Amino acid sequence: MKNRLKVLRAERDWTQADLADALEVSRQTVNAIETGKYDPSLPLAFKMARLFDKRIEEIFQDEEGN
Amino acid sequence: MNTQSAQSGNWSSRVKQKTLHLAYWTAAYLVTMAIGSFGPELIWSYNNIASIAAILLNALVGFGMIYANIQYLKEQDEMMQKIQLESMAISLGVGIVAGLSYSLADATNVISGDAEISFLVILISLTYLGSIFIKYRSLK
Repeated sequence: MKNRLKVLRAERDWTQADLADALEVSRQTVNAIETGKYDPSLPLAFKMARLFDKRIEEIFQDEEGN
Repeated sequence: MNTQSAQSGNWSSRVKQKTLHLAYWTAAYLVTMAIGSFGPELIWSYNNIASIAAILLNALVGFGMIYANIQYLKEQDEMMQKIQLESMAISLGVGIVAGLSYSLADATNVISGDAEISFLVILISLTYLGSIFIKYRSLK
Protein backbone atom coordinates (compact mmCIF):
# COMPACT_ATOMS: atom_id res chain seq x y z
CA MET A 1 0.00 0.00 0.00
CA LYS A 2 1.40 3.40 -1.02
CA ASN A 3 0.85 6.50 1.06
CA ARG A 4 1.43 10.25 0.99
CA LEU A 5 2.33 10.54 4.63
CA LYS A 6 5.83 11.86 4.05
CA VAL A 7 4.55 14.57 1.68
CA LEU A 8 1.72 15.60 4.00
CA ARG A 9 4.11 15.71 6.90
CA ALA A 10 6.65 17.79 4.96
CA GLU A 11 3.93 20.23 3.89
CA ARG A 12 3.28 20.95 7.55
CA ASP A 13 6.98 21.01 8.37
CA TRP A 14 6.56 18.24 10.94
CA THR A 15 9.27 15.79 11.87
CA GLN A 16 8.56 12.07 12.18
CA ALA A 17 8.73 12.55 15.94
CA ASP A 18 6.08 15.32 15.77
CA LEU A 19 3.76 13.09 13.78
CA ALA A 20 4.45 10.12 16.07
CA ASP A 21 3.57 12.27 19.08
CA ALA A 22 0.33 13.42 17.49
CA LEU A 23 -0.67 9.86 16.57
CA GLU A 24 0.48 8.36 19.88
CA VAL A 25 2.78 5.87 18.19
CA SER A 26 6.56 5.50 18.15
CA ARG A 27 8.74 7.32 15.62
CA GLN A 28 9.80 3.90 14.30
CA THR A 29 6.18 3.12 13.48
CA VAL A 30 5.78 6.38 11.54
CA ASN A 31 8.98 5.59 9.65
CA ALA A 32 7.82 2.03 8.85
CA ILE A 33 4.47 3.35 7.55
CA GLU A 34 6.13 6.04 5.44
CA THR A 35 8.51 3.54 3.85
CA GLY A 36 5.64 1.13 3.17
CA LYS A 37 7.04 -1.59 5.42
CA TYR A 38 4.06 -1.53 7.74
CA ASP A 39 0.40 -0.93 6.91
CA PRO A 40 -1.50 0.79 9.73
CA SER A 41 -4.76 -0.51 11.16
CA LEU A 42 -8.02 1.15 10.15
CA PRO A 43 -8.34 3.10 13.45
CA LEU A 44 -4.82 4.50 13.01
CA ALA A 45 -5.52 5.35 9.36
CA PHE A 46 -8.67 7.24 10.45
CA LYS A 47 -6.64 9.05 13.09
CA MET A 48 -4.19 10.15 10.39
CA ALA A 49 -7.05 11.25 8.16
CA ARG A 50 -8.49 13.38 10.98
CA LEU A 51 -5.08 14.84 11.76
CA PHE A 52 -4.41 15.88 8.16
CA ASP A 53 -8.08 16.72 7.51
CA LYS A 54 -8.14 14.35 4.50
CA ARG A 55 -10.07 11.29 3.48
CA ILE A 56 -8.25 7.96 3.99
CA GLU A 57 -8.04 7.36 0.23
CA GLU A 58 -6.31 10.74 -0.13
CA ILE A 59 -3.53 9.44 2.12
CA PHE A 60 -3.39 5.73 1.23
CA GLN A 61 -3.58 4.11 -2.19
CA ASP A 62 -4.01 0.42 -2.82
CA GLU A 63 -1.20 -0.65 -5.15
CA GLU A 64 -3.04 -3.77 -6.32
CA GLY A 65 -6.04 -1.71 -7.42
CA ASN A 66 -3.90 0.58 -9.60
CA MET B 1 -0.71 20.25 17.20
CA ASN B 2 -0.04 21.61 20.68
CA THR B 3 -3.06 19.83 22.18
CA GLN B 4 -2.10 16.67 20.32
CA SER B 5 1.48 16.97 21.55
CA ALA B 6 0.24 17.33 25.09
CA GLN B 7 -1.93 14.22 24.68
CA SER B 8 0.93 12.22 23.18
CA GLY B 9 3.26 13.53 25.84
CA ASN B 10 0.92 11.66 28.16
CA TRP B 11 1.20 8.57 25.96
CA SER B 12 5.02 8.72 25.93
CA SER B 13 5.15 9.16 29.68
CA ARG B 14 2.64 6.31 30.12
CA VAL B 15 4.87 4.03 28.01
CA LYS B 16 7.91 5.02 30.07
CA GLN B 17 5.97 4.45 33.28
CA LYS B 18 4.79 0.98 32.22
CA THR B 19 8.31 0.08 31.07
CA LEU B 20 9.69 1.14 34.46
CA HIS B 21 6.97 -0.84 36.28
CA LEU B 22 7.88 -3.94 34.26
CA ALA B 23 11.58 -3.41 35.04
CA TYR B 24 10.81 -3.11 38.79
CA TRP B 25 8.67 -6.26 38.80
CA THR B 26 11.29 -8.18 36.81
CA ALA B 27 14.01 -7.08 39.24
CA ALA B 28 11.80 -8.07 42.18
CA TYR B 29 11.16 -11.46 40.56
CA LEU B 30 14.91 -12.03 40.14
CA VAL B 31 15.54 -11.08 43.77
CA THR B 32 12.81 -13.42 45.09
CA MET B 33 14.12 -16.17 42.78
CA ALA B 34 17.62 -15.69 44.23
CA ILE B 35 16.20 -15.75 47.77
CA GLY B 36 14.28 -18.94 47.01
CA SER B 37 17.35 -20.55 45.42
CA PHE B 38 20.08 -19.58 47.87
CA GLY B 39 18.00 -18.92 51.01
CA PRO B 40 17.68 -22.57 52.14
CA GLU B 41 21.45 -23.02 52.27
CA LEU B 42 22.63 -19.56 53.24
CA ILE B 43 19.83 -18.08 55.40
CA TRP B 44 17.32 -20.52 56.91
CA SER B 45 19.15 -23.88 56.92
CA TYR B 46 16.59 -25.79 54.87
CA ASN B 47 13.62 -24.90 57.10
CA ASN B 48 10.63 -26.17 55.12
CA ILE B 49 8.19 -23.42 56.13
CA ALA B 50 10.68 -20.70 55.17
CA SER B 51 11.29 -22.42 51.82
CA ILE B 52 7.55 -22.67 51.09
CA ALA B 53 7.11 -19.00 52.02
CA ALA B 54 9.97 -18.03 49.70
CA ILE B 55 8.50 -20.08 46.83
CA LEU B 56 5.04 -18.56 47.37
CA LEU B 57 6.52 -15.06 47.47
CA ASN B 58 8.41 -15.78 44.25
CA ALA B 59 5.23 -17.05 42.56
CA LEU B 60 3.21 -14.02 43.75
CA VAL B 61 5.83 -11.58 42.48
CA GLY B 62 5.89 -13.62 39.24
CA PHE B 63 2.15 -13.02 38.77
CA GLY B 64 2.77 -9.33 39.46
CA MET B 65 5.42 -9.38 36.74
CA ILE B 66 2.99 -11.02 34.29
CA TYR B 67 0.39 -8.33 35.06
CA ALA B 68 3.01 -5.59 34.57
CA ASN B 69 3.96 -7.17 31.24
CA ILE B 70 0.32 -7.18 30.10
CA GLN B 71 0.00 -3.51 31.04
CA TYR B 72 3.28 -2.77 29.24
CA LEU B 73 2.09 -4.53 26.06
CA LYS B 74 -1.26 -2.74 26.12
CA GLU B 75 0.50 0.62 26.17
CA GLN B 76 2.67 -0.17 23.13
CA ASP B 77 1.62 1.08 19.70
CA GLU B 78 0.15 -1.35 17.18
CA MET B 79 3.37 -2.09 15.28
CA MET B 80 5.27 -2.82 18.48
CA GLN B 81 2.40 -5.03 19.66
CA LYS B 82 2.60 -6.94 16.35
CA ILE B 83 6.36 -7.43 16.76
CA GLN B 84 5.86 -8.63 20.33
CA LEU B 85 3.01 -10.98 19.39
CA GLU B 86 4.95 -12.62 16.54
CA SER B 87 8.09 -12.93 18.68
CA MET B 88 6.12 -14.52 21.50
CA ALA B 89 4.46 -16.96 19.07
CA ILE B 90 7.87 -18.02 17.72
CA SER B 91 9.29 -18.33 21.25
CA LEU B 92 6.31 -20.42 22.38
CA GLY B 93 6.64 -22.74 19.37
CA VAL B 94 10.39 -23.14 19.79
CA GLY B 95 9.92 -23.66 23.52
CA ILE B 96 7.34 -26.43 23.09
CA VAL B 97 9.11 -28.27 20.26
CA ALA B 98 12.64 -27.98 21.69
CA GLY B 99 11.39 -28.62 25.23
CA LEU B 100 9.60 -31.83 24.28
CA SER B 101 12.57 -33.03 22.20
CA TYR B 102 14.87 -32.28 25.14
CA SER B 103 12.54 -34.11 27.53
CA LEU B 104 12.34 -37.07 25.14
CA ALA B 105 16.14 -37.13 24.87
CA ASP B 106 16.28 -37.30 28.67
CA ALA B 107 13.58 -39.99 28.95
CA THR B 108 15.30 -42.20 26.35
CA ASN B 109 18.75 -41.58 27.88
CA VAL B 110 20.07 -40.04 24.68
CA ILE B 111 21.62 -37.30 26.84
CA SER B 112 23.74 -38.27 29.83
CA GLY B 113 22.45 -35.78 32.45
CA ASP B 114 18.94 -34.78 33.53
CA ALA B 115 16.98 -32.27 31.44
CA GLU B 116 17.26 -28.89 33.18
CA ILE B 117 14.43 -26.33 32.92
CA SER B 118 17.01 -23.51 32.94
CA PHE B 119 18.24 -24.53 29.47
CA LEU B 120 14.69 -24.23 28.16
CA VAL B 121 14.22 -20.81 29.79
CA ILE B 122 17.48 -19.60 28.22
CA LEU B 123 16.44 -20.94 24.80
CA ILE B 124 13.00 -19.27 24.98
CA SER B 125 14.54 -15.97 26.13
CA LEU B 126 17.17 -15.96 23.38
CA THR B 127 14.56 -16.88 20.74
CA TYR B 128 12.30 -14.06 21.97
CA LEU B 129 15.13 -11.48 21.95
CA GLY B 130 16.39 -12.66 18.55
CA SER B 131 12.91 -12.54 17.03
CA ILE B 132 12.27 -9.02 18.33
CA PHE B 133 15.64 -7.85 17.00
CA ILE B 134 15.12 -9.38 13.53
CA LYS B 135 11.52 -8.14 13.20
CA TYR B 136 12.42 -4.69 14.44
CA ARG B 137 15.30 -4.45 11.94
CA SER B 138 13.10 -5.67 9.08
CA LEU B 139 10.62 -2.82 9.69
CA LYS B 140 13.31 -0.14 9.96
